[in-house]
Order: sequence, then structure tokens, then C-alpha cells
Amino acid sequence: MAAPEEISLRDAFGRALVKIAKTRSDFVLFDADVYGGTGTKPFVENYPQRVLQFGTAEQNMMLAAAGFSTTGLIPIVTTFAVWASMRAHEQLRTFICAPKLNIKVCASHVGLDVGPDGLTAQSLEDLATTRAIPNLTVVVPADAVEMGKATEAILNYQGPVYMRTGRSPAPVIFDDKYRFSIGKANIIREGKDVTIVACGLMVARALQAAHQLSKKGVYAEVINASTIKPIDSKTIIKSIKKTRALVTAEDHSIIGGLGGAVSEVVVKEYPVYQQFVGVKDVFGESGEPKELAKKYQIWSSDIVLASLKAMKKKVRYF
Amino acid sequence: MKKRTNKKPKDNIGKLELISKKIRVDALKSIYNAGSGHPGGSLSVVEILVCLYFYKMRYNSRNPRWQLRDRFILSKGHACPALYPVLALAGFFPKKYLKTLRKINSPIQGHPDTRTPGIETPSGSLGNGLGIGLGMALGGKYTKKDFQVYVVLSDGEMEEGSTWEAIMASGVYKLNNLIAILDHNKRQGEDKVKKIMNFMPIAPKITVFNWEVLEVDGHNIGEMLNALDKKTEKPKFIVAHTVKGKGISFMEDVQKWHGSLAPTRDELKIALGELE
Repeated sequence: MAAPEEISLRDAFGRALVKIAKTRSDFVLFDADVYGGTGTKPFVENYPQRVLQFGTAEQNMMLAAAGFSTTGLIPIVTTFAVWASMRAHEQLRTFICAPKLNIKVCASHVGLDVGPDGLTAQSLEDLATTRAIPNLTVVVPADAVEMGKATEAILNYQGPVYMRTGRSPAPVIFDDKYRFSIGKANIIREGKDVTIVACGLMVARALQAAHQLSKKGVYAEVINASTIKPIDSKTIIKSIKKTRALVTAEDHSIIGGLGGAVSEVVVKEYPVYQQFVGVKDVFGESGEPKELAKKYQIWSSDIVLASLKAMKKKVRYF
Repeated sequence: MKKRTNKKPKDNIGKLELISKKIRVDALKSIYNAGSGHPGGSLSVVEILVCLYFYKMRYNSRNPRWQLRDRFILSKGHACPALYPVLALAGFFPKKYLKTLRKINSPIQGHPDTRTPGIETPSGSLGNGLGIGLGMALGGKYTKKDFQVYVVLSDGEMEEGSTWEAIMASGVYKLNNLIAILDHNKRQGEDKVKKIMNFMPIAPKITVFNWEVLEVDGHNIGEMLNALDKKTEKPKFIVAHTVKGKGISFMEDVQKWHGSLAPTRDELKIALGELE
């Protein structure tokens, strides 16, 4: 396979905002002194009058978004995931999600992908903390193409949304024909032996894993679960009824994120053994994203191993 | 529709004093009915609420989401037993709701919630109301809508970092459509502010963040109205000196009435007698 083009998801997000701003004036960017980090600098430069600056005061930014949205405009609240989902978690929960306000929280710096900055900014818990909040939709696009479409889709959706963007360059895996809709998981590679449900950067790794598995005669079905909440149980259950082996893969703790969301529906509707590829309830550290992914076992080879394990279990169980 | 009044403050004092008395009666009755609540802080905030809803603010209780309404946030949400009778009297919902305070399936919750007509935001988790008010005031400026935003704060929440984040940003943005009123009864959850975390005096600290600070007797309606009417170029912070449990002899400045507790039947009887 030729090396695909790589675009950082935060840059894709910033570009999408600039593009959408040309045709709609109903949203305002909220920033906490990190527009460089969140990829929104192009928007800040092109539409300075549509940016509200809060300094590094994320709780206040989240609260101000709640108040601001009651005047009819849509705040796009941007900061790093650790602060959006944890420092300002209560503000998001009580003052945005309880009244179902039309606010989009878009967070960069997710998972081990953060790299050399180390554990303080490596958000491995944000999917768990946001997913636990009622009324909140949680979206994790997988590449630059999906990021563009998702940014538009969340603006068209009425209600609170938490969306992960990203940091380091990520392979472009979709073309312009790819369709994104909130709540819909897409089967992006069909297979019969094992189902791999992935989100974010792990989708590209899942595709690589599927390619490697195919060389061993194992045919993996890869599902891009770009909406973590509500999780598309229909698509996932349908796939595991066919494969009866399940792997989830995420750049996040194995506790409470995509793996949790999937297992919550699988145990109710069609229990199979599940292998969790994710960070195993530990903190990260400094290092290049790729080095970290290998050390903490969220690389494509880890998805291959997990898939083989899941298939072994299938034989014993059924 | 309640428009901003053209009357002079002094013409309103008698009427507003009478309303304040009624609100105290209803607040105490509903706390008694509920079996719990926060009597102390509810009684200290009464005149502040009455002056806002029956003198200063512009709103339409038949259309609570009217875009040009003045906004009100009871950031010290635990004092809502005093807010609900005010909203009922202003016509947002029937008075019979008051009996359901803190009960299951009630339209009026133990702390303010947007399911109640006239409530703008959930509140009562201390330290969050001023940031929301800041956002509303920014929204008013951004959309060029001429409304005012009023936020009532407690002493306890002056200790929350998020309150100070909002104070900082409001001063920087020079939001003269934002008015914060501190119900300064000098007591908080467990004890006197002096004993827990003595941030007093508060006025100079707010002033340096580019707010206009006024100090008034929060139970003196004339003083309150003058302070509310005063036009400022900066955001306005009214330090309303109040007494926790105001109006009921055995509750005034007595810590245990912070809550969460209700008067007994006999205590209620005595209290209502004092308000007659």
C-alpha cells in the first residue's frame, strides 16, 4: 500500500470552520488561549469578530457558552480535551447538557496522540466522562474528510455535542463520497471472521490490521463508530451476528470509552467475547505518538493480536 | 408584560415592602411543606428579588423566553424557596405549585431548573451563575439586544474560583449590561464567613477588576432601588448587606437555619405571627 496523505484532524477542523463560516453566521468560536493548539487559528485570523476570548479559564468559558447560547447563536467551545471534558466537566453537565443547549464542544489533544507533552494533556478519559452525561452526543471523526463532514453535521444538529478532534497528522482514509451522519456507524471494510469496531485514529490502524489479517486468511470487518453516543447498536450487532468475534479499538482508556459503549449493547443483545484495544487503565508519558502507541499496545499489530484472540474465543464459546 | 417602570423609586417602597412580607410567608410555608429547604438564605434575599421582579426588570411571564427580556439568575440557587413565590406572583406559574416544592414530579425543583417557567438556567451549584450571566451579557452585546442581566450571588460562592474567572472577564469586556448582587449575609454553609474563609472586605477586591461597586442595606428597599437605577459604564456589583433569616426573630443570624431544614409546626406558627 502506498503511504496515504496525512492531515491533522485539528487542522481539518479549523479549515472546516472557515469554510462553513462563509455560508452561515450563526456560530461563534469560544477560545481559552489555545487557538493555535486547537487548529482554529485560520478561523481566528479570518473572522476575528466571531471569536470570544476567555483566557485560560475553561470553566468560565463553558458557563459563558451556556449563557450566550440563550440569545440564539451557537457557541463552538474549543480547548484541549482534558480541560473540556474534565476541568469543566460539571459546567458541561449541569449548565449545558441538563437544559439541552445548542452548544458544540470541540476538543483537541486526545489520547496518546498528544505525544511529547506527556500525561497532563493526554486525555484518555474524555469519552468516559462525556458519555456519562445525559443529552450529550459524542462524536469522534476518523480522518480529515470525516472531520469536515462531521463539523457541518454537528452544527446542523440541535443540542449539545462533544467532538474529539486531534493533534498529530493522521492518514486520510475516506474520499469525498464518504457519508457521515450522527448516530450512524459505517462498515468500511467487509469481512466474515471478526468485527473490529474502532474510532478516531484507530480506524486507520484497524484497516491496516485488517489488511495484515487478510494475508493470514482472516477476513475482518471494520466498523468506523464515529458516534460513540448514541452508539449504533444495529450496525454493530448485525456484524457480530455474522462474525461472532469482537474487537474494539480506541486511543482512550479501556474503561468507559468506545469499548464500554459497545459492550453495553452487545451483552444485552448478542453476547460474544470482546477484546479491548486501548490504554489499559494507566497514565501515558512523553514520547512520539507512534512510539507511545506501540508501547501502550494500541498499534495496528495489537489489533491483529486481539483479533486472533477474539477468534480463538469464538471457537471455544460456540 | 412587565415593562421597566417609569415610577420614581420612592413611590414603590410601600408596595414592595408589603410584597416582601408576602414572599416571606410563602417561602416559609413552602419550606415547611417540603420538610426541608434553606430558610436562612431564602429570607435574606427577599428584598433583592422583590425589587428586581416588581420594580426593575422587564419580562413577559406569558412568554418567558421573549428575546428582549431582562435575564435573572439566582446563582445562590438554594434560596429558591423565596424565588418561586416571586415567580408565581409575577405570573409565570400558578401559586398552587408552591405546595409541591421538593416533591417528586414537581415543576419546582429543590434547586432551580429550567423545567420551571421563568427559570433561565439550572443553579445552586455554587460559583457558576456569574459565568452564565457573563455569557448572556456577551450575547446581548453581540446580537445588539438591549437587555440587562442580573445575577444574585451568595457569600459562599465568592470562594469559588469560577466566580472570579467571571469577575475578571466581565471587567475586561466592560459589560455594563451585567449586574451582580451579593446577598452579603456574612454566613455560609457551616459558619460565619469570618470563620470559614474570610474574604472580607469584598468591595475593594471587585473594584480592582474594573467593576463599579455599590454598597447598600439589602433590606432597605429605597437604597436597593437607587442602586439598581444607577447607570454605570462598567459592570455593576451591588454588595447588599443582609441578615440571614431576616424577619423571623429566632432565625435571624442563627447558623442552623442555613439549612437544609424546615421549621416545625409550632415554629412556623410563631414565624407567621411575626410577619403579620
